[in-house]
Amino acid sequence: MSWMRNRVDELSRPQDPARLVQKPRGLWSGVFKRLLRRKTGVIGMSIIGMMVLVAFAAPLLAPYDPTKVLIGHEENIKRRDPPCVHLFGCDEAKPQHILGLDGNARDEFSRIIYGSRVSLSVGFSTVLVALTVGASLGAIAGFWGGWLDNVIMRVMDVVLGFPALLLAIAIVAALGPGLRNTLLAIAVVSIPAYARVMRASVLSIKELDFVSASRALGASGARILWTRVIPNALTPLVVIATLGIAGAILDAAAFGFLGLGAQEPTAEWGSMLARERNQVFSAPHLVFFPGLAIMITVLGFNLLGDGLRDALDPSLAE
Amino acid sequence: MLQFVGRRILLAVPVLFGILIATFLLARMIPGDPCRSLLGERASAEACERFARNKGLDEPIPVQLGIYIGDVVQGDFGDSIRFSRPVSQILIERLPMTIELSTAALILALVVGIPLGIVSAMKHNTAVDVGTMMFANIGVSMPVFWLGLLLAYLFALVLGDTPLALPPSGRLSAGLISEPFYEVWGLGLKDGNLFHTVLEFISNHYIFNSLITADWELFFDAIQHLILPAMALSTIPMAIIARMTRSSLLDVLGRDYVRTARAKGAPERRVVVRHALRNAMLPVVTIIGLQLGALLSGAVLTETVFGLAGAGTMLFEAITARDFPIIQGFTVIIATGYVVINLIVDVSYAYFDPRVRLE
Repeated sequence: MSWMRNRVDELSRPQDPARLVQKPRGLWSGVFKRLLRRKTGVIGMSIIGMMVLVAFAAPLLAPYDPTKVLIGHEENIKRRDPPCVHLFGCDEAKPQHILGLDGNARDEFSRIIYGSRVSLSVGFSTVLVALTVGASLGAIAGFWGGWLDNVIMRVMDVVLGFPALLLAIAIVAALGPGLRNTLLAIAVVSIPAYARVMRASVLSIKELDFVSASRALGASGARILWTRVIPNALTPLVVIATLGIAGAILDAAAFGFLGLGAQEPTAEWGSMLARERNQVFSAPHLVFFPGLAIMITVLGFNLLGDGLRDALDPSLAE
Repeated sequence: MLQFVGRRILLAVPVLFGILIATFLLARMIPGDPCRSLLGERASAEACERFARNKGLDEPIPVQLGIYIGDVVQGDFGDSIRFSRPVSQILIERLPMTIELSTAALILALVVGIPLGIVSAMKHNTAVDVGTMMFANIGVSMPVFWLGLLLAYLFALVLGDTPLALPPSGRLSAGLISEPFYEVWGLGLKDGNLFHTVLEFISNHYIFNSLITADWELFFDAIQHLILPAMALSTIPMAIIARMTRSSLLDVLGRDYVRTARAKGAPERRVVVRHALRNAMLPVVTIIGLQLGALLSGAVLTETVFGLAGAGTMLFEAITARDFPIIQGFTVIIATGYVVINLIVDVSYAYFDPRVRLE
């Protein structure tokens, strides 16, 4: 019976207060742990981490100024020179350009490195704008319901009634081409997705007991929404926001490709590819590498989004 | 069921009306004077005034809107400012290309995507599964225009001298002309009546037209030209459909009735095909409906890459040239088609899954 006494002793001993008030394990630390166990999440995070690093360290990594025309500055080069790497047997007399030169004799590798800045900032800022506006609208519609809900969601339906890219093109045409307007247009067309998810999430949470408890204590509607409902409703938005960054980068590249996005001489992957698309048969490297950069970046966010979805919903875990 | 369908249709009306108003306003918001962009920067004030009067652009905006809605309801989208031809005529010429392309892409996505998803779910957590899902992830991450250019490079240049060579641009080879079926059959139709317009629209679907007139040379030529664009356009929907099929089937395969079917000794093939797949297809149907918008958006890029004169490129050019009537007409038709198809998807969903109606 000694084990029992020991146990009682242990339980009745005054405990260290810090141990009594155990810090609650947050939702996110658990999610992060689960994310690290999933290959998709880890690969996604590594790709994104690498891209962010490249974007920040662009001036250190890029061997040339991305907008500098090199003809007249270097010997033995011509426009659209294919990649030349000395290590792989390229003539030592030629200057090294590991991804070749573009149609204006600028270093393609440097342009691709600097392009990561454009794509990442477009991706993050677009989603930030769309998420803020969309989630607010969705929260208002879901929480107060009634005619407000109807008006907001019908307007969202109209926006969803258009093929997204075409609507975004029309908005850019209205505002004028350029990176900032592209960003706005993509944000506007992606608002309904966030609004819908937020609304659904708020609808289910506002019926839960802890919300009723707040209401019974006399908290105002706005306070309940802000302190009780929204923090708990944001979880599903994390996944679609991550996937949304992928979509925004892809859309921004499409705008660049159509000549509506970033303008010369900005190094942006979509427009770099578009400028040389008619030379695809003679200078395929100028089409291949910018597209590859887009694909890898987008893949990173898609993988992270997938991993997050699984990590946030343990019932899906296999 | 009937009540559900009726309610869905009623819900679609305000959306369609909103689309009508939105397109009208959007076209007016595009800055720049259509007169100066068409007659040139130095067009005189009188010339522009005459231009505006001819095109009805001098009326106040609400009046223009009223006239516009009245016309649209009668199927009249006005004349294109740039081409001075009825928008409906241009729609008849351009839309079939896009419909053919989107349909081909969707069929390709279904034919490849669904089996991939099924195999992936049945071989869950094996190399086949991981490989398929990796392919799906790469598929949704590829820019359509990049894939299009790579396909063109591969099939027109690298494989240019092999039997696998495919044309990288255009809708038909030079010299081939599609003859409308009603002319082949000698139906003497008068120009301009509604019936003729409908037949003309149908006959502009070259593949369908050459099929019913048994013009095999044209048929195979049109298909060859369609393969690369359809492949490029289908990748994203294909990847999404494969993923959806997989996760939906995995979910269903874990249910009790599937276990029962297995316990009764039904062969695995039968369990999957007869018991699981039917129920697993429901979410996939919804996803297919949602992909149509993506297909239309992708069509703009695909048509640009492959030099196809479809509705996507037309709309894109119209937006940059501020050709209001074309922007409105094309957008209204495309958005309406989109709403109608989603309506059909919703209704078919309710048909397959009665629980949906209770909402």
